[in-house]
Amino acid sequence: MAISRRPAAAGSNLPGLLNRPTGSGLLSWFTTIDHKRLGILYVLSGFFFLAVGTIESSLIRLQLIAPNMKLLSPDLYNQMFTAHGVTMVFLAIMPMGIGFANYLVPLQIGARDLAFPRLNAFGYWVYLFGGLLFLTSWFLGGAPDVGWFAYSPLTSLSNNPGHGTDFYMVALFIGGIGTLVTAMNIIVTIVNMRAPGMTFMRMPIFVWMVFVTMFLVIFAFPPLTIALFQVIMDRSFGTHFYDPAFGGLPILWQHLFWIFGHPEVYIIVLPAFGAISEIIPTFSRKPLFGYPVMVLSGIFIGFMGFAVWAHHMFTTGLGAIANTAFSLTTVIIGIPTGAKIFNWLATMVGGKIRFTTAMLFAIAFLITFTMGGVTGIMLALPPFTAQATDSYFVVAHFHYVMGGGALLAFFGGIYYWFPKVTGKMLSESLGKIIFFLVAGGLHLIFLPQHFAGLLGMPRRTQTYFAGYGLEIWNSLSTIGVFVAIIGALLFAFDFFRSLKNGKPAGNDPWDARTLEWSISSPPPVHDFDHTPISTGVDAFWLSKHPEFDHTDEAEREELKKLAAEIDDHGIHVPGQSWWPFISAAMMFVGGYAVIYHNWTLGVICLLMIVMSTFAWAFEGIGGKHVHPEGSH
Amino acid sequence: MAAPSNTNTLPSGGVLTPMGYRSTRLPDPKMLMWIFLASDCMFFGSLIGTYLVYRGRSLTGPYPQDVFDIPLTTVSSFVLLMSSVLMVIALYYLRNNNIGRFRLATLGVCVFGSIFLGFQVFEFTHFVHLGLTPQQNLFGTTFFVLTGTHGVHVTVGVFWLLGILVSTYFRPMTAKDEAYFDVAALYWHFVDIVWIVIFTVVYLIEFV
Repeated sequence: MAISRRPAAAGSNLPGLLNRPTGSGLLSWFTTIDHKRLGILYVLSGFFFLAVGTIESSLIRLQLIAPNMKLLSPDLYNQMFTAHGVTMVFLAIMPMGIGFANYLVPLQIGARDLAFPRLNAFGYWVYLFGGLLFLTSWFLGGAPDVGWFAYSPLTSLSNNPGHGTDFYMVALFIGGIGTLVTAMNIIVTIVNMRAPGMTFMRMPIFVWMVFVTMFLVIFAFPPLTIALFQVIMDRSFGTHFYDPAFGGLPILWQHLFWIFGHPEVYIIVLPAFGAISEIIPTFSRKPLFGYPVMVLSGIFIGFMGFAVWAHHMFTTGLGAIANTAFSLTTVIIGIPTGAKIFNWLATMVGGKIRFTTAMLFAIAFLITFTMGGVTGIMLALPPFTAQATDSYFVVAHFHYVMGGGALLAFFGGIYYWFPKVTGKMLSESLGKIIFFLVAGGLHLIFLPQHFAGLLGMPRRTQTYFAGYGLEIWNSLSTIGVFVAIIGALLFAFDFFRSLKNGKPAGNDPWDARTLEWSISSPPPVHDFDHTPISTGVDAFWLSKHPEFDHTDEAEREELKKLAAEIDDHGIHVPGQSWWPFISAAMMFVGGYAVIYHNWTLGVICLLMIVMSTFAWAFEGIGGKHVHPEGSH
Repeated sequence: MAAPSNTNTLPSGGVLTPMGYRSTRLPDPKMLMWIFLASDCMFFGSLIGTYLVYRGRSLTGPYPQDVFDIPLTTVSSFVLLMSSVLMVIALYYLRNNNIGRFRLATLGVCVFGSIFLGFQVFEFTHFVHLGLTPQQNLFGTTFFVLTGTHGVHVTVGVFWLLGILVSTYFRPMTAKDEAYFDVAALYWHFVDIVWIVIFTVVYLIEFV
């Protein structure tokens, strides 16, 4: 397509340091601020860490394949399950949700990028560097060995003199900053950059779920960040936040951690809900059943997510009243979740269902997540928790929700949106094999763990003895890991094969409903040639089938007029910048300075960050102004 | 950046800006700052919560009553509050295109902020001389981290405003710069309000 360019108004007379890069080679991936590229980077990084976390979990499962195995020493085993938890929760699954949001939110609301493209790049690089910092702990004296929840006083300097814990604290602190700024960015984008006509109750449900998620992030991450900061202070500067010898209360860490930790569950799973809510209507050829209820139940889940944290602490002796209150709130949160499940089922009822791979993953998500929800209701009852706590029953429960639930939904999402992102189809026939291997494998891993847990097998313990009836469940579970891994490897194979040789997808291969399908695959840099308008939840569907569009004719005309007027002004396409990458890299180096108490280096990094911030603020206007062909 | 008149009747009430169509009238940077401040409430909430949970749990002295000097901190609090008044004046002159007075008032905000920080440095050294260090007891630990975090916020604000101030000498202020100054003002007022909470919850409460 022909793009007429108008040179940027200012910038050319600035010092070289402040001119924006304009390259397009491999290097441009480091300077890119395009939400689509960053979304791709998020998801690919998520897959990288998913592979790392899977290697860690396979080693754990190999150690547990039979009683009294000696593959991993108890110390190494502690490091392994800690690194597995942190990697999967913070570095693999959550970033995948954020990556989907990054790519899809602007496309679904008819925007051309996030509100703050450079901040978006900064968020990604900070996350990646936080993750890499954490990963390097393996090569620098051992990973943290305190569990992904890092309970105090396990983390005190006297109990844990190695650097592993410092890596945990500093890496999550840095990564948390990235997640926070991205969340703020996405909230502004959703509020302020919706296409003409797209009121809040016309937003696609995925956007709604991301919206709620990002509010959870901005309120849930600060308590964690402060708690991490307190432990860093304790370990580096000898303060006494969590030092019982000085009157400190280790339980305070648990409160701060779980005030973050429970919303984190919804931060992971709400984008998954959103993806499912797009896939099921498309492949049932019906609008989503009960859209307002879906929206409100998502908001309700978000609110209640902050009122249930102490159910992670039933056995810490909070007392009968606190336990009862938190048990009640936890049971209540099952209501909106149940409403969602029934709405998804009702969407399918009477629909013309196509069992594509994406749809199969969505259905598997429904079943798996419901099973995880049922054990969740069991664990919401303090008497039951008193029996099952710290056993494999709990492990099975949250893996059904996070691994079996959210991960299956994201697989479905990838099968659904891969054609849009790459312009190529993934193989459907191979996809069904992959589906059965991955979904079946996950159930084979985690279903037996319920029974091992009810038989009394404790979690976070390096081995178990023969003769307690645990052997069969553990062997089955370990076999499941390898079934799932075969599925994942096949998926990786098909992923790269389809990138090169996949069938061309066309703009709208699924006959889908939302705005991202109205543009070419992959989308152009500026996303939309013409400003889209929205006259309903399924804006693109309504434009394909005007007979279902019951909006006022006058309103539609006015929206079209406004869209044309917006098109007249052309499109500002964001450029590139080095500063997000540089400031994130400085935080990475600064992280090592904090871990190894090298304060000279720390001060240098701080000064560099300050310098980058000012350079960022004063660099020239980037990007270009385009007038796509066909507009006025 | 005025809204075209025909957008008023739209369901989403949007505006057309140089950066494209916006569905609300609140500028992006200002909305970002509001959301950041909401998040920052949780940061300070966690720190103040920790302070309150640990209040009265120190096993050794010095205790709050031994070190606090209310008249002194009242003076520094007053200076910080007056910086907010100057900020309002700076915004007034910015909107009335009086760049000279705008610079003067902004400089005043930075000076008052720095005076507050000077008081804080003096107070910290004084406390250390009295034997209260972050390592001494839980009061020292929680006090220094809470007020220190607030001090970092003030420092960031001073540098931010100085950056804007210096930049006005090198390039004309655009509508975008004005919007960003508005955002900085929002931040500055918030940091002041947090200090009112800290002054009450940490200092005054010890003497009721």
